[in-house]
Amino acid sequence: MAELTYREALNAAMCQEMDRDDSVFLMGEEVAEYDGAYKVSRGMLERYGDRRVVDSPISELGFTGLCVGAAMAGLRPICEFMTFNFSILALDQVINSAAKMLYMTNGQVPVPIVFRGPTGAALQLSAQHSQACETYYVHAPGVKLVTPATPADAKGLLAAAIRDDDPVAVMEGELLYNVRGEVPDGEYVIPLGVADRKRPGDDVSIVTHGKMVHVALQAAAALAREEIEADVLDLRSIRPLDVDAILESVARTNRVVYLEEGWPFAGVGAQIVALIQDEAFDDLDAPVVRVTQADVPMPYAKNLEQLAKPGVKAVVEACKRVLYL
Amino acid sequence: MAQGMRTAAGRTADGTVPGANGSETVDGSEPAASKGLDGFTREELHALLADMLLYRRFEEKAEEAYAIGKIGGFCHLHIGQEGLAAGSIKPLRDDDLVITAYREHTQAIAKGISPGAAMAELYGRVDGCSGGRGGSMHLFDTTVGFWGGHGIVGGQIPLGAGLAWAIKYRGGDQICLCFMGDAAVNQGAFLEALNMSAIWHLPVIYVVENNGYGMGTAFSRVSATEMEARSGAYGIPAHTVNGQDVVATYRFFEELAERVRSGAGPQFVNAVTYRFRGHSMSDPVSGTYRSKEEVDSHVEAQDPIKILRDRLMDSGLLTQEELEALDAEARALTDEAADFADASPLPDPSTLYDHVYAEINRHGRLFLDGRERGPAGGTHG
Repeated sequence: MAELTYREALNAAMCQEMDRDDSVFLMGEEVAEYDGAYKVSRGMLERYGDRRVVDSPISELGFTGLCVGAAMAGLRPICEFMTFNFSILALDQVINSAAKMLYMTNGQVPVPIVFRGPTGAALQLSAQHSQACETYYVHAPGVKLVTPATPADAKGLLAAAIRDDDPVAVMEGELLYNVRGEVPDGEYVIPLGVADRKRPGDDVSIVTHGKMVHVALQAAAALAREEIEADVLDLRSIRPLDVDAILESVARTNRVVYLEEGWPFAGVGAQIVALIQDEAFDDLDAPVVRVTQADVPMPYAKNLEQLAKPGVKAVVEACKRVLYL
Repeated sequence: MAQGMRTAAGRTADGTVPGANGSETVDGSEPAASKGLDGFTREELHALLADMLLYRRFEEKAEEAYAIGKIGGFCHLHIGQEGLAAGSIKPLRDDDLVITAYREHTQAIAKGISPGAAMAELYGRVDGCSGGRGGSMHLFDTTVGFWGGHGIVGGQIPLGAGLAWAIKYRGGDQICLCFMGDAAVNQGAFLEALNMSAIWHLPVIYVVENNGYGMGTAFSRVSATEMEARSGAYGIPAHTVNGQDVVATYRFFEELAERVRSGAGPQFVNAVTYRFRGHSMSDPVSGTYRSKEEVDSHVEAQDPIKILRDRLMDSGLLTQEELEALDAEARALTDEAADFADASPLPDPSTLYDHVYAEINRHGRLFLDGRERGPAGGTHG
């Protein structure tokens, strides 16, 4: 075990996979000479050369399509978006090409590609640079999505994503890159579709993913001071979804809060709530409550941004609501 | 075949040319017919004619099948543009790659998909080249180097760049031929892909099938420049070829493909052609955006099949009997393809969820539509 930053863990995963498989290459804006806009690919150009670490023009639709085409031909591109906000320009190639290719070719053409970069808000980046993009990706059958919250998960999940034969989006967070944590040395791969209990508790379940895991843990700590023990379940993988882990937690606590960074309308939480009411209705002692970003574009002003973001206080209140406290 | 359509002198009523049919052999010299034309042998020329006849008959059969409901959805016919399919794809190597848009039936056949597998796909049957999951717009068979069949205008262009990228990454010597309609050059995907192809010197030929209209909008109405100018901003050489002249088109692509194979970098080809039918089966042939007279004049003078037929007959390289035999063969192949499609079953309903994902992970659910739902009211147990 070494203590690494989340950024270093992602770098370690890419190097681990590029060392073992020549078909893996990294393409994106500023990934090579600049070492990555967030320095995730630091040193990789020097290590692998410009055949495998490639600066793209600012052409999200174009380089995403090029990477999808290369994946169709059997390469395993890591397509980096400076942020997933910019990938909205590329959604035609993500949804119409990558997600549907295997199906409409009757299994002839797998697309083993990774789309990665930060999702969600940082600090005062305003509306166009602060949105959680998970729903855009998981809405389409054919795409998988993982959202590592810790350095160890970042290494293990990114490695698994690169090895997977399907398109996998790996959504990171600008505010996570400096987070430090223990990361297993050597080859480390976390299977897709396995949730992780980040904190055990029997009173209420806080189910969440990505950066919000840290908000959930802070909320759980606050609740613990009032002798309420929250079960913090980090989904880690939205598609495939660890339904068993969700249902197990619901069966134990009977009360659920879903916390996500994105908007509520047709959000990830909406899917989780639908699933719980469908498969664990009788286990519930209270309606599931969702804590999300306010249903507005992200405002710039500090006070408004704070209001719009899902925070610790809102999670604590939601937990008390499902506990009828 | 219609007869007496050509304007050149010397044609008899039955479409033959006096003095043809090997009459030169009377002096014992080599028959003119065996000498060929433009460096092609008689057999090669007959093969090109046979290819185009097959494409024409295939599309006419698809038109019929669509009319009686055997083919559904959108169906875009290539009638009028067959010279380009044969002339650009036939010179390629088997291991070269072709990717294209949705008016692709004949291109698929040209690259090696059997007419039966193509027709079965149009019929939505299990023996279709995409298992009935793709339909008219998504014909695929990567084993013959045909990479679809893409339905979003311009969407295949970056994909084609990516196929070429993979060739270069692996150090291969194949090339990628990436087709698009004229309207696609107005998509951002085109501009972005051309720029990347140029900076990375990819082995790809971008071919615009310039039939003059993006659905019902004339290219001249939506482009400030001529087509040839569209690649100049990226330093990619532009070429223009008459796609109705299959012989010239073939020679052109044969030479260009070898240049790209030898490292010439990306190329841009404005292949001038004309669509004899509507944009899709649901659209009129003429009307609001082009006149009947315009269409008729092209059908009369710019039919790639007639152009080759007449050249061959004028040169004594084709007899009426040979033409009829080639056409009968094309019709037979097409009938066989339709029979094959008719006999092929619909896809098994149990396969609905097949091939959504290549890898079904051991953990978690990939499908969230309730298919994997546990017992009613139950929990995970």
